[in-house]
Amino acid sequence: MHYESNVREPLILGDKSYTDITNDVARPIETKAPRLWWMAFSIALTMMLWGFGCIAYTIGTGIGVWGLNKTVGWAWDITNFVWWVGIGHAGTLISAVLLLFRQKWRMAINRSAEAMTIFSVIQAGLFPLIHMGRVWLAYWVLPIPNTYGSLWVNFNSPLLWDVFAISTYLTVSTVFWYTGLIPDFAMIRDRAINPLQKYIYKILSFGWGGKAKAWQRFEEVSLVLAGLATPLVLSVHTIVSMDFATSVIPGWHTTIFPPYFVAGAIFSGFAMVQTLLLIVRKIFKMEDYITIQHIEMMNIVIMVTGSIVGVAYITELFIAWYSGVEYEQYAFLNRATGPYWWAYWSMMTCNVFSPQFMWIKKLRTNLIFTFLISIVVNIGMWFERFVIIVTSLHRDYLPSSWAMFSPTFVDIGIFLGTIGFFFVLFLLYARTFPVIAQAELKTILKSSGESQKQHHDPNGKH
Amino acid sequence: MANIDNKNLVRAIFTDDDTVLSAVKILREKGMKIKEVYSPFPIHGLDKAMGLKETRIAMASFMYGLFGLAVAITLTAYTMNFDWPQNIGGKPSMTWGANMPAFVPILFELTVFFAAHLMVWTFMVINKLYPGAEPQNPDPRTTDDHFMIELYSSKGLVDVLKESGAKEISEV
Repeated sequence: MHYESNVREPLILGDKSYTDITNDVARPIETKAPRLWWMAFSIALTMMLWGFGCIAYTIGTGIGVWGLNKTVGWAWDITNFVWWVGIGHAGTLISAVLLLFRQKWRMAINRSAEAMTIFSVIQAGLFPLIHMGRVWLAYWVLPIPNTYGSLWVNFNSPLLWDVFAISTYLTVSTVFWYTGLIPDFAMIRDRAINPLQKYIYKILSFGWGGKAKAWQRFEEVSLVLAGLATPLVLSVHTIVSMDFATSVIPGWHTTIFPPYFVAGAIFSGFAMVQTLLLIVRKIFKMEDYITIQHIEMMNIVIMVTGSIVGVAYITELFIAWYSGVEYEQYAFLNRATGPYWWAYWSMMTCNVFSPQFMWIKKLRTNLIFTFLISIVVNIGMWFERFVIIVTSLHRDYLPSSWAMFSPTFVDIGIFLGTIGFFFVLFLLYARTFPVIAQAELKTILKSSGESQKQHHDPNGKH
Repeated sequence: MANIDNKNLVRAIFTDDDTVLSAVKILREKGMKIKEVYSPFPIHGLDKAMGLKETRIAMASFMYGLFGLAVAITLTAYTMNFDWPQNIGGKPSMTWGANMPAFVPILFELTVFFAAHLMVWTFMVINKLYPGAEPQNPDPRTTDDHFMIELYSSKGLVDVLKESGAKEISEV
């Protein structure tokens, strides 16, 4: 029944029973917030409000308040959009792809990783919306009958594919996440003492009672959703990359973009999961569930995808030379040695060089080092998008229109605002939602719990 | 068998998933019908032991996916090839078939959209789950670390339950 090779390291440390898991998961919700939480929340909230102010200013005055010019028409906005969407990918990868591969270590981290997905896709979605300038006309991207007769949206355009991809991704991730949350909300509901808390979790838990038939369907639904989310997540960044790849701009017009973007997305997403979970496990004392082994596994994924990204960078350079196309060659030469050389080499250092430290076991099991690398990788991936977008645009075919881009305080304010908004959502989540999929985790307690591994004899009696 | 007519329910509480699984097997071997089992997490093999039919929700999702695909085909064909065909980037717009490669992302996304959302809605409806519904489990401990078998009382039931490891037995 519960058989697992003795060679494997336990995934749940300490002498835990089912109730211990319940208590540990419910603790952050039922106790007062630590001071550190309030400090982080205040900073995030301030940043968010500042960002909202900048968004209001942009909408009120127009996107002329950004640093864009007629040569560089896409800059920080689209950089931030691609960066946030990319970060979101790790959540789906952990909850869907690792479910299909039956990787049990995902269970301790999938809930938070998926929350991160949803919150970062919300940030991503903000940018194309405000870039429209007239946000109140945003519904024009939907194929709805209109006063202009036969005027429809253009289904041939990657920008419209993006509308469909991002909205499908956001909504499907949300229902996937919520379906998994229902049994855990029921657990919180059943132990709540405070009547208000009981009432709220009663609404959230949808009346879940853990009936056998409901569990059978639940498992099937999880499996099918994972099967649907896996190609979905790959399609999303593929389509995002096509926003660039189907254009005829040198530096964008490359067939390598879809796999290169997907690898980069997983790379940056895992780094963000790492950043968040290292904080969560510390503040909420989840060290027994999010173990060094989990951190190490994620570091290995970061190392592998970082190397894939490195190969992609080098391939791009090689193909630019090999193509013999003058414009393509110049685009890449300009990236590495032009006025934005510092952005290019920051990208190279952060994304290709820094993850290589993870080959060393001592470093990839070191928490402080991991935390630093996770931040470095996120900076590097932001620079990657900046390099792709701005350096490809700023020197176009006509040297007389060559320009540089410098962000205004509004560009910077909106970017900081989305970081604040993201952390506001995540911090609220961490205090009110079960941050570990406890029902799922209980299914592996006997096979992967530390004490059970010692006491459990193969006949199933203990 | 007067008890069955009175619909007297017996609820037996267990504290271990393996015990509850073996108890279900024993009860079924003795020909007793199990009404419900409540557990804090899915127990592997319990549905088979209880004799539950396999769920058809995956098949439903497949059908919803086909429906989504049909919606996507209709939408793209009507707007791009029938209502107002235009030359966009030189892509052939006179027939849907020739224009189809440009629609693959839309076809895929809408298939997934319908398959996922309608399946989850179906899941909620058939399990009677909705915001604010009364908890379906009679004992709140069954979302923590207790397991409950619910069945109609019959002769000798209590003894069988005790033998198979029940910690508490109550009659309603």
